[in-house]
Amino acid sequence: MVEKELFAIFMDGVFIKNFILIQFLGLCPFMGVTKDVKSAAGISAAVIFVMTLASFVTYLVYTYVLVPTGMEFLDVISFIVVIASLVQLVEFVVRKNIPSLYRSLGIYLPLITTNCAVLGVVLLSVNSTYNFAQTVVFGASAGIGFMIVMLLMSAIRERSAILNVPSAIKGLPLGFFIATLLSLAFVNYFWVIPI
Amino acid sequence: MDPLSEYIRGITRDNPIFGLVLGLCPTLAVTTSVENAIGMSAATAFVLVCSNVFISSLRKQIPATVRLPMFIIIIATFVSIVKMVMQAYFPPMYAALGVFIPLIVVNCIIIGRAEAYASRNNVFYSFIDGLGISTGFLLVLVLIGGIRELFGTGQIVTFGNTLFTMPIDPSITTMILPPGAFLTIGILMAIVNYQRAKKRARGG
Repeated sequence: MVEKELFAIFMDGVFIKNFILIQFLGLCPFMGVTKDVKSAAGISAAVIFVMTLASFVTYLVYTYVLVPTGMEFLDVISFIVVIASLVQLVEFVVRKNIPSLYRSLGIYLPLITTNCAVLGVVLLSVNSTYNFAQTVVFGASAGIGFMIVMLLMSAIRERSAILNVPSAIKGLPLGFFIATLLSLAFVNYFWVIPI
Repeated sequence: MDPLSEYIRGITRDNPIFGLVLGLCPTLAVTTSVENAIGMSAATAFVLVCSNVFISSLRKQIPATVRLPMFIIIIATFVSIVKMVMQAYFPPMYAALGVFIPLIVVNCIIIGRAEAYASRNNVFYSFIDGLGISTGFLLVLVLIGGIRELFGTGQIVTFGNTLFTMPIDPSITTMILPPGAFLTIGILMAIVNYQRAKKRARGG
């Protein structure tokens, strides 16, 4: 029973409630960092990592600090502080211990603090009153869904860069049109499957 | 600098969506109807004007090295106020906007204006800048919300009044689903780019 629920949450996070195409969270990296596959993969890996970790830590903060002291109204402020310091901490640790990973992910880590997908995933988990395991699974699956869409988008944009389109459509408008088609596919494909 | 042109600049050249291309997430997520668009822009406007004024009045006290964390804390405070007020007095609107009210904290428009404008200009101009950018944001959100609601449902209903009804009901449900948002902003952005290019070609 528990496993099935976790699986449903996982599918929810990856496809049905896909963060970029269905919920419109994290559009800045979606439009800004999808010019080539390599950097899209880099930022997505960093997002998966930070989302999972942030879900884990904010769950502890919310359940063991904010709820017992009756300060749930401080959730937004405390979560953003937790995420910002977490990102900073991860940056220190990675730079010190895994320099090779830092070289590939390093420049994307600071961007993640103000990525609304990370704050979104922890707020949605709190709003859905998920338990500990559900929160972590939801965080990880949202990150994986983010990565799938980022890779799809960057692969398409890499190829569409050589298209001969009117100059007014070049760049962002073309990106939005590609996003329309991707989103259409996601909506039609996954909303008809009852889970 | 005269206040009026500073105000207009927020709507035209520095328009948050078409000029600066900031704050796309709420722009696309909440524009399923004109009503939601107005609610979201009102909440964002309150936070933007308050944080601009507050940050501008503290700009000489905030040390440069810790300014971003300070900005985020100040913004998060105003967002918490908006969140609680909306939860208490406008529960249906709060339910419709959902997680995007607390997410004003990470809206790049607000932190962008704090960094680019409020931390360098005096309180009065920061206030004007906040109003101008908010107005630009409101106009774009209402435009996108209007287009999506009109084609998606065939009419525009705002706060219980039917403002406009299409003679033939198109009801392209896709327009109020996520793909409609991407399509609408893509088309609008292409039109804006086209107009800008034409203006530049004329030597503007």
